[in-house]
Amino acid sequence: MSSWNVNDQRIPQGRLTLFSYVSVACVIILLVGFWKLQVIQSGHFSDLAQKNGIRSIPIIAPRGAMLDREGRVLVDSFPSFSILLLRDNPKLIQKYLPEIESGLGISREDLQAEIDAARTEPRFMPVIIKPEASEADLAFVESHRSDIPILDLMMVQRRHYPFGEMLANAIGYVGEVSAQELEQSNGRYAPGDIVGKAGLEKEYNDQLEGTDGMRRVVVNSVGKVVRTLDNVPPIPGKPIQLTIDLNLQQVAEHDMEGKEGAVVAMDAHTGAILAMVSRPTFNPNDFAVRIPPKEWRQLNTDPETPLLNRAIQAQLAPGSVFKIVMATAMLESKAIPPTYTVYCPGHATFYGRVFHCDHAHGVVDLHKAIVASCDVYFYNVGKQLGIDRISYYANALGLGHLTGIDLPGEEPGLIPSEQWVERVYHHKWYPGSTISVSIGQGAVMVTPIQLARMVAAVASGGNLVQPHLLKDDPNVKTIRFPISQNTVDQITQGMWGVVNEPDGTTAETVKLKNIEFCGKTGTAQTMSYELQNRLGKHVKENGWFVGYEPRENPDIVVAALVQGAGWGSFVAPIVRDVVEAYYDEKNGLAPPPAISTAEIGSGVARSASSASHSLVVATEAAGAPEAPAEAHATDLGAPRQ
Amino acid sequence: MKDRPRIQDFDWILLALVGAISLVGLLEIYSCTHASSLAGMQWKQLMWIGVGIAGMCLISMIDYHTLLDQAPALYGVGIAGLLVVLVIGYSRLGAKRWISIGGLVNLQVSEIMKLIIIIVLARYFSEVRTERLTLADLAKVGALTLIPVGLILKQPDLGTAMVLVPVALLGIFLAGLQWKHLAVGLVVVALLVPIAWNMRHYLKPYQQQRIETFLHPEDNPRGAGYQILQSEIAVGSGGFWGKGFGKGSQNQLGFVPVRYSDFILAALAEEQGFIGVCFVLLLYLGLILRLVDNAQKAKDRAGMYIVMGVTAILGFQVLVNTSMVIGYMPVTGIPLPLISYGGSSIAFAFLALGLVMNVRMRRFVN
Repeated sequence: MSSWNVNDQRIPQGRLTLFSYVSVACVIILLVGFWKLQVIQSGHFSDLAQKNGIRSIPIIAPRGAMLDREGRVLVDSFPSFSILLLRDNPKLIQKYLPEIESGLGISREDLQAEIDAARTEPRFMPVIIKPEASEADLAFVESHRSDIPILDLMMVQRRHYPFGEMLANAIGYVGEVSAQELEQSNGRYAPGDIVGKAGLEKEYNDQLEGTDGMRRVVVNSVGKVVRTLDNVPPIPGKPIQLTIDLNLQQVAEHDMEGKEGAVVAMDAHTGAILAMVSRPTFNPNDFAVRIPPKEWRQLNTDPETPLLNRAIQAQLAPGSVFKIVMATAMLESKAIPPTYTVYCPGHATFYGRVFHCDHAHGVVDLHKAIVASCDVYFYNVGKQLGIDRISYYANALGLGHLTGIDLPGEEPGLIPSEQWVERVYHHKWYPGSTISVSIGQGAVMVTPIQLARMVAAVASGGNLVQPHLLKDDPNVKTIRFPISQNTVDQITQGMWGVVNEPDGTTAETVKLKNIEFCGKTGTAQTMSYELQNRLGKHVKENGWFVGYEPRENPDIVVAALVQGAGWGSFVAPIVRDVVEAYYDEKNGLAPPPAISTAEIGSGVARSASSASHSLVVATEAAGAPEAPAEAHATDLGAPRQ
Repeated sequence: MKDRPRIQDFDWILLALVGAISLVGLLEIYSCTHASSLAGMQWKQLMWIGVGIAGMCLISMIDYHTLLDQAPALYGVGIAGLLVVLVIGYSRLGAKRWISIGGLVNLQVSEIMKLIIIIVLARYFSEVRTERLTLADLAKVGALTLIPVGLILKQPDLGTAMVLVPVALLGIFLAGLQWKHLAVGLVVVALLVPIAWNMRHYLKPYQQQRIETFLHPEDNPRGAGYQILQSEIAVGSGGFWGKGFGKGSQNQLGFVPVRYSDFILAALAEEQGFIGVCFVLLLYLGLILRLVDNAQKAKDRAGMYIVMGVTAILGFQVLVNTSMVIGYMPVTGIPLPLISYGGSSIAFAFLALGLVMNVRMRRFVN
């Protein structure tokens, strides 16, 4: 058998017996301990136990405010009262439930649901049965203090959005912490805590959120407060200052009323977001208390997706705005000479398929191709560049990936490439697809913020700023993608022409005196002509306009998207209004009264549409626009027209 | 002389004591949780007891001499398991204690290590032929014990790590300690205490807090001292006769911390009073004395060491848990064996008792 000592039968009987005695002694000592507590000091501990109705009543810390760049309050908190149900004694709850039901107007099912939801909590923690008590509710609780001892009041902090729907998609909303967040929070949250659920409220939740205080009170056997034990005051959340400019925001909001789309205005040097609008939208005040499940479902299933922040989440074809990328690729890659011209008869055939242009532009050079947005010109450019070069420049200009804005849920868009097609569709790239991509159609998808950043990058010689909403954000960085001065000149002069030359796509309808307002229209099909014909209906195109000022190294860039606008030129007035308001504010001018009166934006849009049709026979504009760089200074005080 | 162990040789008195203690546990778990969202916990506990009994029967079938033969291999597997836990184990509640097997069973290796250390030390002590241990023996026993203790402390799991130590200490006592070694040991301990006291800053913050709380509960009666104070209030207010089954206000209102597990004795003391506590502690004393009786009747020295290893762990757990409930010791997270809710704890207790049955069944076997 084994090598070790199997048959050693020496059992230390004495020591084992000694161990038994020690065990008996230990039990006696322990019993003496219990005797002391349970018999000698029993009275003392019974008193303590009676008093041991220690009830913890949280004192909610207010969330930090959100301020605009000038310190004007955009989001605030205000105190209100919640009604608590004390759960120490389940029998009392059942007894008083009918009275509470009628007195506070809460249905029995709702009450029971609240009570059930708090089952896992210790019973001395009360539940909130009415988050925002009305005057009448407060009166009811106060007047029934003695006969319904299981109700109490708690002061809470409610989120308040004084401007309602304004900036709502960027701000986001708050709500009760979800079961999942609760689990992941490592004990930081308790059920019923309010946390940021979307937008900036979520992104900067850690700063905005305060630390709740706690009032501990001793209650007697019937649940009445005898005295306060201690009072830990709450630590309010820190305010955050945003880059938003309230004035510009209001101008943009006003112009977008009743439309579907987005506007984003950005400081082109820093990436600071000055305005961000998404329509349709919602009122975050609806979430500040507790949103009824029915309303919540409605918001979530609404086909118009009001909770979507279109400025960063709408991924759509950019249409002709993409021609700025094409022009950059053409000039920077040097694959095509800058003097390249094309004859546009109004259509062109590639790979056996006819591609249309809006008009017969005749002989077109790069300047005219941008100004009048000639598709045929860029079809040819695209064919010569090939998809990989286009894709390289689009990516380098920030399309197809996240801009890094400090908001949750940003979408990357999509820039197609040979690799992408092979990976997703498992076939070779069709050269015909390159033709569609050349005018920002096909698989190309961008977000409004990406377009604003792209145009600012081209006009500034290649500075890709990081869009951000937090003022003095230390994490903001600019990516350099150097673009030659010659390229910048040619393209920005084209964009100047779009606004300021008679055959520009906006047909001089959004020209601004003294301001070097430039931009590019985009009109993107949302459905192919073939499909529309087959369905027998006309789906209106999405209109884009990305504008900026001044022409070179711009201060502000604004991208606007109106879904179903029909033409990009209809969208231009929105951008013009924001740029004008920005210019006036920068130069200390009062905002022109026209902006605050209704319908200016849409009115101009209508006239622009008729003008754009008359453009068909418009002649080519002469040469490059003059660059009135000093014009701002000289005409500062002059009355505006 | 019989040649094979038979089922009749099971220690039925021991089993009766274990059954009574487990029943007390089930009833008290029911009382603690029936009116809360945790309702139904007693059935889970009962399931674990069933699993434990099956494990006990299984482990009693393998001749303990076979287990002792494999002691070095078992030790190696145990240590490897603890290392694996430290490297790839997953964390729960801030401690790395579990290995997930196939994503289904979460194995707490330190519980298995308790069984292994009993067998390993029994093997070591049974190889000693001298009347008293030499210094080399002490060093080897120390090393064998402290390696797993260190690894478990690293998880960190102070409670389980501590539990391994009494197996070695009781073994040394039974194997025979030289007076001079005892004297030196006491001096070393006397010197180590102040050093350990200065080392307390290297403990995890929650461990520091537990010690602080134990020494000065009154400093923060609403914070960390809360548990000890609430436990004492529950125990004290129970009085001599107790408040009655399911009627302890401290227990039912949730003032007693983890009332179904570590502090279950406080809940029981409140509802069943001093009488109930006496009953439970006497059941435990009966269990210990019955275990010692088994050790005294063991066929050989190795079997005696196995039984006493089990006794050391169970006895130590009862002593530490009970002391904690009445504020004699700091909160260490050691459950009350067979009563506290918890699969690992129950499984260990029954497997350990399986070892005892194993030894008893073979006392007449050649």
